[in-house]
Amino acid sequence: MKIRLLPRITRWHPIASTLILAGTVAAIARFTYGLGATTNLSDEFPWGLWIGFDFLGIGLAASGFTIVAAVHLFHAKEYEPIVRPAILTAFIGYMLVVLVLILDLGRPDHFWHPLVMWNPHSVMCEISWCLMLYTSVLSLEFAPIVLERFNILWPIKWIHAISLPLMIFGVLLSTLHQSSFGSLYLIVPNRLHALWYTPLLPVLFFISCLASGISMILLESLIFSRGGRDLLPTRLRANLAKVIAVILALYFVVRVENLLARGALQELTTLTYFSLAFYAEMLIGFVIPFGLLVVERVRNSRRGLYAATLMVVVGFALNRMNTAITGLETYPAQTYFPSLIEIFIMLGITALGFSAFSFIVKHLPIFEPVAVTPRVRQEAVTARPEPVFLTRHGGDLESS
Amino acid sequence: MTEKKAMLIDLTLCVGCNVCQGACKEENQLPPREEKYLSLTAYTALSKYNDLYIRRMCQHCDVPTCVSVCPVAALSKAEAGPVAYDGEKCIGCRYCLQACPYHVPKYEWSSTKPRIQKCKFCAPRLAKGLQPACAEACPTGATIFGGREELLLEAARRVSAEPTKYVPRIYGKDDVGGTSMLYLSPVPFEQLGFDSRLGKIPMPMLTMSALSKVPNVLSVGGVMLGGIWWITNRRSEVAAFEASEKKGETPRPEDKP
Repeated sequence: MKIRLLPRITRWHPIASTLILAGTVAAIARFTYGLGATTNLSDEFPWGLWIGFDFLGIGLAASGFTIVAAVHLFHAKEYEPIVRPAILTAFIGYMLVVLVLILDLGRPDHFWHPLVMWNPHSVMCEISWCLMLYTSVLSLEFAPIVLERFNILWPIKWIHAISLPLMIFGVLLSTLHQSSFGSLYLIVPNRLHALWYTPLLPVLFFISCLASGISMILLESLIFSRGGRDLLPTRLRANLAKVIAVILALYFVVRVENLLARGALQELTTLTYFSLAFYAEMLIGFVIPFGLLVVERVRNSRRGLYAATLMVVVGFALNRMNTAITGLETYPAQTYFPSLIEIFIMLGITALGFSAFSFIVKHLPIFEPVAVTPRVRQEAVTARPEPVFLTRHGGDLESS
Repeated sequence: MTEKKAMLIDLTLCVGCNVCQGACKEENQLPPREEKYLSLTAYTALSKYNDLYIRRMCQHCDVPTCVSVCPVAALSKAEAGPVAYDGEKCIGCRYCLQACPYHVPKYEWSSTKPRIQKCKFCAPRLAKGLQPACAEACPTGATIFGGREELLLEAARRVSAEPTKYVPRIYGKDDVGGTSMLYLSPVPFEQLGFDSRLGKIPMPMLTMSALSKVPNVLSVGGVMLGGIWWITNRRSEVAAFEASEKKGETPRPEDKP
């Protein structure tokens, strides 16, 4: 069955190539002329679009640790088919963020300094370490897929041998840096607008990344269902949707209760630049998708789920951009809008990510639809189930 | 232990002659033109509020926000007071610009190898036993240099001697945990563009409340995840075993484990 109403991007190749080319030119300009000439960043606004993009990329890549934890640590084995897409999404997401971070640094040639020059009081230092370590973990989690393709099997055994501690480490690192992106702003209570500043920023960042990560993977599974066969049966998709609804509700309650407790709710009584931005992110990202996802019919429908998860992702993007940009503007005195070069670099890198994703999906077994009944429970009992990841129970790798 | 140094800036004595900026620029070999705001070429500047001149510069906080946020420790706090910067370490993340509660560091945006610039508290002069160039140059005594403790006593003495002349507050005594720059003013500091929201707790404490939980997350989280894996793994093993028994494998005698 073909789903006609889902938007399909045609002529993707020329668009992507143009964006990547434009991004490359913009990046060359950035390195040649420096940040001042090519960006709208300033002493008053030292962080802009690129930091927002980093938050977004890392948040959407949260599927990497949530799905791995669900399937391999909590043994929800029926979700196995989305483990590979989740790891690939995370891997590409982190690569893109590292790329943007290096472009964003004033001294890209010093990017390795945090590895040798420590400051345990700095959130930025903790984030650098987490990013580096977690990207390594993701590489190890992703490596077997590539190695299998080229039939180099001996390193896979080694990776499997350490897979349990590796996965636990990955989940812990993710928990730390997903929340630490929020902690970055704990130190600017005088700058960040009261609608976004709260001592609970790390907690809120963590909760929201869970929702956005799972939404992202649901979106992918809807878009990339192959040959009409679904990656996940409707029942399991609906279950994930339920989980998202619960997380959205939790986020909403914590966020609003916190606004109330800090007396910031009065900021919302008038329509201002800030309150509008707040309403936009809360309605699009949390309230409306929650309203949709509590309806069983929506959870069971592809179109409904597509719309709801897309809204979660968009609302999440708004939330991160608001925290990174809107909340720090002092409208109308001090505002920031990214320069064309900043935008082109971001679009180019996004296009690079999408292209890498579709290239890898085409050449490696990432999206493998399964039959409705999971085969996991019928494993042989003679051998103790290993903490394996990235190998399919039931052998659909070999059969594909 | 080195004595903590400070500067006392008495706004009632400042006449706005800008000699301090001139001396600063000469000391730091900066272009000598007069500037109204802190910039790459002005580590100190006088801004005017009604009839008062307020001298701005790096506050050299006791618990500096910039030092705490720098991921590579390019900024450091010397025992004597100065907050120093090492451009060779700096990676250019600009967190210090974002975090400084006084908006002090300025960035060399136009350079391809940018650094930050700010007041250095004349650290090289202090090391030689001299006072900072601005304090030495000030003709009216609006800026004086000395040990932090003795300057605090001096400031308190001035306020209690002439309570009508000053507001009863020494700015910098314990603001954001105390700073090396101490201010006396005839009008409330909020009217002079001093941020009243900063409070007395050092800003880095806000971050530490989250960062200090990192070891806990790692240890407790690690044990918890390992435990969950163990339990759920055991459960699926048992489920698989029971399923295989039901399938009609030879039933085992009751007494056998």
